[in-house]
Amino acid sequence: MSAIDTLFAQLRPSGRKAFMPFVTAGDPDLDFTAEVLRCLVAQGSSLCELGIPYSDPIADGPVIQASYTRALDKNLKLADVFAMLRGLAPDLAAPVVTMVSYAIIYRRGLETYVAQAQDAGVAGAIVPDLPVEEAGPLAAICRRRDFSLIQLITPTTPRERALRIAEETSGFIYYVSVTGITGERTELPRQLLDNVAWLRGRTSLPICIGFGVSRPEHVRMLAPVADGLIVGSAIVRRVAEAASRPRREVLAEIGDYAAELLGALSG
Amino acid sequence: MNENLAVTSRVPDAAGRFGPFGGRYVPETLTRALVELTAEYEKAVADAKFHAELERLYRHYVGRPSPLYHAERLSRKCGGAQIYLKREDLNHTGAHKINNTLGQALLTLQMGKRRVIAETGAGQHGVATATACARFGLECVVYMGEEDIRRQRPNVFSMKLLGAEVRPVRSGSRTLRDAINEAFRDWMSTVEHTHYCIGSVMGPHPFPRIVRDFQSVIGRETRRQCLEQLGRLPETIVACVGGGSNAAGMFYPFIDDPQVKLVGVEAGGRSDRPGDHAATLSFGRPGILHGMYTYVLQDDDGQTSPVHSASAGLDYPGVGPEHSYWKQTGRVEYCHKTDAEILAAFDTLARTEGILPALESSHAVAKAMDLAATMKPDEAIVVCLSGRGDKDAHEVARLRGEEY
Repeated sequence: MSAIDTLFAQLRPSGRKAFMPFVTAGDPDLDFTAEVLRCLVAQGSSLCELGIPYSDPIADGPVIQASYTRALDKNLKLADVFAMLRGLAPDLAAPVVTMVSYAIIYRRGLETYVAQAQDAGVAGAIVPDLPVEEAGPLAAICRRRDFSLIQLITPTTPRERALRIAEETSGFIYYVSVTGITGERTELPRQLLDNVAWLRGRTSLPICIGFGVSRPEHVRMLAPVADGLIVGSAIVRRVAEAASRPRREVLAEIGDYAAELLGALSG
Repeated sequence: MNENLAVTSRVPDAAGRFGPFGGRYVPETLTRALVELTAEYEKAVADAKFHAELERLYRHYVGRPSPLYHAERLSRKCGGAQIYLKREDLNHTGAHKINNTLGQALLTLQMGKRRVIAETGAGQHGVATATACARFGLECVVYMGEEDIRRQRPNVFSMKLLGAEVRPVRSGSRTLRDAINEAFRDWMSTVEHTHYCIGSVMGPHPFPRIVRDFQSVIGRETRRQCLEQLGRLPETIVACVGGGSNAAGMFYPFIDDPQVKLVGVEAGGRSDRPGDHAATLSFGRPGILHGMYTYVLQDDDGQTSPVHSASAGLDYPGVGPEHSYWKQTGRVEYCHKTDAEILAAFDTLARTEGILPALESSHAVAKAMDLAATMKPDEAIVVCLSGRGDKDAHEVARLRGEEY
């Protein structure tokens, strides 16, 4: 069992849902990333998703793109991200997964990437540009090393294909709420509830919903059907303010925002 | 290279692989559209009416077949082989790009979609897409880096005149690579009713195959024209390679003729130093970019490297996966030419033949002049003159510090 399997094994019997914030590594610097992760876990986050900045992120909206560009402009290296996590992981009471392009994993070497990530305390990877047909070689390594490879299902995924993806996934299924890129939305499609409910009857894996989730009303709408909710751009946008405002204040606001969504999740 | 790997023209396979290269590394959201596009394209390939319609457009709208022109004065000046120019610069819109956009416009209609998006660097593919969309009454949005918009004003205005919307891209390096990213992001949200008309033999399967097939009209005509004019195939064929669509279209019909030497010329830019060139096959290594496994220019972390070329159309840090395959099998020889060398070739062609070549095509001209000098007068070398150079007059003047 990976740390993610253990997490959901603890949450599910009591009907609790996972709150899963997304943070970009190195924006504005890795010290602050570590502080934000500690703060989010202290508020009660179940799992943290750490975005590894990439030069060409085609699935990401303007907020996450810009955070990646800022981090890379400061010459952020993958080795520095892993070093930060190695220092942080022992006292972080929640698993960390990386959202990382296959361009980065391939360049590092599949086996090396997974080994280095595990050494840094990372529990799994979400690889947004690696569809199930191409995932074979990485999936084999992840299975052997008990490293979760979390795959995505979207509104455009045909149902028989969704089942195939579910078969190949470990940790949890990342259910993308909308046809589009990451970013806050005012409304989420109702159809989503039916799609998730359909999948629920056909897999025992936890199903977590992301893309566009940013408001307490989204959380209240989705919590009944999901095992967890992923909140990205809304947090990244708040973190970005640390470049121009006192970090204490920004951290407090991020904490308040997480607490508000966590309240909606358990209420 | 790897001589024991036999090259074949029967690629890609069902997974979109050219040997190990190609594939489909895209977000799940786009997968269904790519699967559907593959099926629609198979239907088109088997449909005689589709071919007839495209053939009719090529003939009466584009002005095909484009001439294969014997450049006698240039040949004499080089003092070796006879140089022939495949005049893609004489096509409607002034480059080979229209061969592909008309084909993809017909596919768009067949799929029942009404909106087309495209990326463009120099603006040639943008103009060709806007043209095809105007011809068929399709809505057209072209993504273009803010930096390229500044460098290529006349093409931006042409696209607008043709009814297309040009959206400036301000993310990342603000050039072609970011325009491609932005087009993919648009497609992520609009995939149900929009077709992404990719401009080169790149991206996820099935694009590298579709674009190669539509551009192969160049090589098929060249083959026939060589047989008519020379009574045989040429000894050597040269084409420039950025993403690699004119080269793929020129080379593909000759892949199974091992006696014909094929040479691809990349952008050597200012120097061999990283960031100074866009010679992906010469200096890069296999990796992932824009949905494909292919040669790329990347750092050790997998981040895409900055590139430079005087020709905006070759200014790309990747290359079509079939070129990676041809490099690996040794079927095509790849080299590069610097900005200074191509400017000299631009001048020479202008003054010996009265033809202004695009700066992209000038790479092929420069290499062909070198090669011709080492060959015998009864041998023939064909250059794919992929586009006209009027668009570059301003850039040439700027590079020389002259008034435009």
